Amino acid sequence: MGSKGIRDQVAIVGMGCTPFREHWDKSTDDLLVDSSQAALAAAGMEIDAVDAFWLGTMGSGISGLTLSRPLKIDYKPVSRLENMCATGSDAFRNACYAVAAGAVDAAMAIGVEKLKDGGFSGLTTQFPPSDGTTVPLTAPAMFSLLAPAYAKKYGVDDAELKDVLTRIAWKNHRNGARNPLAQYRKEVAKDVICSSPLVAGPLGIFDCSGVADGSAAAIIVRAEDAYKYTDKPLFVKALSLVAGPSAGPIDPTYDYTTFHEVVRSAVAAYRQAGVDNPRAELAMAEVHDCFTPTELVLMEDLGFTERGMAWKEVLAGTFDLDGELPVNPDGGLKSFGHPIGASGLRMLFECWLQLRGEAGERQIDNGRTLALTHNLGGAPGSCVSFVSIVGSELTES
Amino acid sequence: MASYDQDTTSLGVEAARRAVAGLPAPDAVVFATTAPAYADKTNATAIHAALGLDRASAAFDMVGSVRSAMGALRFALDGCHAGRTTLAVLSDIRTGLPGGNDEAGGGDAAAALLFGDEGVIADVVATSSATAEFLDRWRTPGESWSSVWEERFGETAYLPLVEAAVTDALKEAGLAVGDIDRLVVAGLHERAARGVARVVGVPKERASDELGAVLGNTGCAQPGVLLADALDRAEDGEVIMLVTLADGVEVVVFRATEKLVAFREGRPTVREQAAASMPVDYAAFLTWRGMLRREPPRRPDPERPAGPPSYRTEAWKFGFVASRCLECGTRHLPPDRVCLTCGAVDQMTPERLADVPATIATFTVDRLAFSLSPPVVVAVVDFDGGGRFQCEMADVDREQVAIGDRVEMTFRRFYTAGGVHNYFWKARPARATSGGQD
Repeated sequence: MGSKGIRDQVAIVGMGCTPFREHWDKSTDDLLVDSSQAALAAAGMEIDAVDAFWLGTMGSGISGLTLSRPLKIDYKPVSRLENMCATGSDAFRNACYAVAAGAVDAAMAIGVEKLKDGGFSGLTTQFPPSDGTTVPLTAPAMFSLLAPAYAKKYGVDDAELKDVLTRIAWKNHRNGARNPLAQYRKEVAKDVICSSPLVAGPLGIFDCSGVADGSAAAIIVRAEDAYKYTDKPLFVKALSLVAGPSAGPIDPTYDYTTFHEVVRSAVAAYRQAGVDNPRAELAMAEVHDCFTPTELVLMEDLGFTERGMAWKEVLAGTFDLDGELPVNPDGGLKSFGHPIGASGLRMLFECWLQLRGEAGERQIDNGRTLALTHNLGGAPGSCVSFVSIVGSELTES
Repeated sequence: MASYDQDTTSLGVEAARRAVAGLPAPDAVVFATTAPAYADKTNATAIHAALGLDRASAAFDMVGSVRSAMGALRFALDGCHAGRTTLAVLSDIRTGLPGGNDEAGGGDAAAALLFGDEGVIADVVATSSATAEFLDRWRTPGESWSSVWEERFGETAYLPLVEAAVTDALKEAGLAVGDIDRLVVAGLHERAARGVARVVGVPKERASDELGAVLGNTGCAQPGVLLADALDRAEDGEVIMLVTLADGVEVVVFRATEKLVAFREGRPTVREQAAASMPVDYAAFLTWRGMLRREPPRRPDPERPAGPPSYRTEAWKFGFVASRCLECGTRHLPPDRVCLTCGAVDQMTPERLADVPATIATFTVDRLAFSLSPPVVVAVVDFDGGGRFQCEMADVDREQVAIGDRVEMTFRRFYTAGGVHNYFWKARPARATSGGQD
């Protein structure tokens, strides 16, 4: 197989995450300083000990100077990386590979996005000059394409589907209410979610993740060095990123009830990590709940349920904080909003807290030591997908 | 009336596609309108591109006055005599000030007439002109409404010109007034137009009604629309006289041929097409016409399409020409170089899909996206014979869209940004039949 993985070769020894919210009083620079300082403090490390940096941001800055200038980095390599909504995850992946390769001893992955300063509703993206022939669908509309297709394929009627989507939003807001870093910290009643104004297709405002500013950072070292920095490191078990051929929008066989890219990246990640039954082996999963139908479909694509069953499992509470496999225990994109470059690392931050037993009132205690993060960028049928698995213990071999 | 995503160019494309369907491509296109989408830049070239015409065929505009319509017909006719087939596209969008007669009585339409030597459904047997300069109706460039002089003056000026031009035409055709089976009168001056039958001496029952109650007065398109309507009902050998009043008078006399009846088969009539319309409320109408500014969504303004990429993809953007893999047959919309199915590189052949019907695979209603007429309905459509495309929908009731619905492609103006019109194709619910004028 082409993707061999780097299981247990590198470890996360420090992480930091800013609150995600409307930071009217903070700049991109401020957010980068805050998350990087928190990560360094957690690792008990000075910035001089970090050999290389990967900065993920989609539109809040260009080049490595976006990070080196505010942090006053002393002539070190800083790569700026963009991979749509998987940007933060990909920054992490590259930093891990550099350490695993032995090229550097310590690397920092950091993601940031300042979205609120733009003043627009939802995400906006700057595209290169074009011929104007691409349909300018908004993100909620792209992902809403999943809803009628899923409902039709599995015989779910409109009202049932709305219940399922509502429950996903309700669950994530419920989790987010228990998280001081989340933007939205209130539980939201199901009837409020269900009757919120429509944005796209059957999706109401509460089916959509919010817009926020935020930053998160991780420090990565060789696994054998991990305990020099912390007594509770996380070991990287799997890193899998795939970019699909963007077939969905042009291939009549694609049925809009799955993300092929997610299935491929999940299969590779499970193989790298040696996971056979994710539902039973994972302590938790942070997934890309940009819109409620996305989380629904992901439950199947990530192998948490059989095909066509996710909607029933959602209603049964399988993915609740106290369910069989908690999904988005930190509140997800739903409660945090989605500052693109930061989101992947924010997901990882929840794994960091949970596997170290530091998640406070939302702490999961199911005796498992592996956690998964998933995020994707693009749209159904045309996306990049990332899956990572981290664990608090080294695998015995 | 034209929809928010239509202008005289896109209306012209709609009519032109139907006029040339199944026929050899014309050697030239001439486009007439009083409401051109562009000045300086030729509008006929977009129609030329949307029809997928050869580089060697010409495209010209005749824009500005209603009389341009007859100029286009005369140009096309001259082409016949020189051995060229010419497509004359007459298109108009009529706008007046709110509450005025022109707003209430105007209509938007396009008609396309193909002039050539083969398969002729109506012969031109005579033409004549009576030209005069007088202040009847006028509009300075940039204004969206016109001024008219007192009605009785126009009537006084027009009717003697009608008499002269009709006399000349009949003489040239070797016909008498009694030989006119159908008199078709176009012109924005309604009082004068009503007087034509009386002046010519044709009985009322042979004078075609102006379709005004259904379509309104369609200005530059009106001669073509009324002629098409007459041809919808004409019999073999029937003589049709088209009289157009516009800063003088133009007369063309046609004689229907034996091919007309067969040509009509399977094509909807002008009246049938006029009946297939969607209701629009007045506020939406004013917004579409730029007379009412409304709160935009809190989203970035649309980007203007860029010149170089639009030129590189001309066949796709304007002609809806996709590509098909020569190795495995997979269709690619937009055209690709590498095959999605078999990976073959640069083994593609261009394939025009503008006239291929498709089926909706899934869809959404986007209430956040920018549009002059929100919300935007978007469908993923699968073409008969293969190929998928994600596209906006036009002329659609968003409550009625369903997976499995049949659609057809239509050429539209998506939006205008930075003074650039973004033309491309949308899907619309399939109509039972297609053909004729829009």
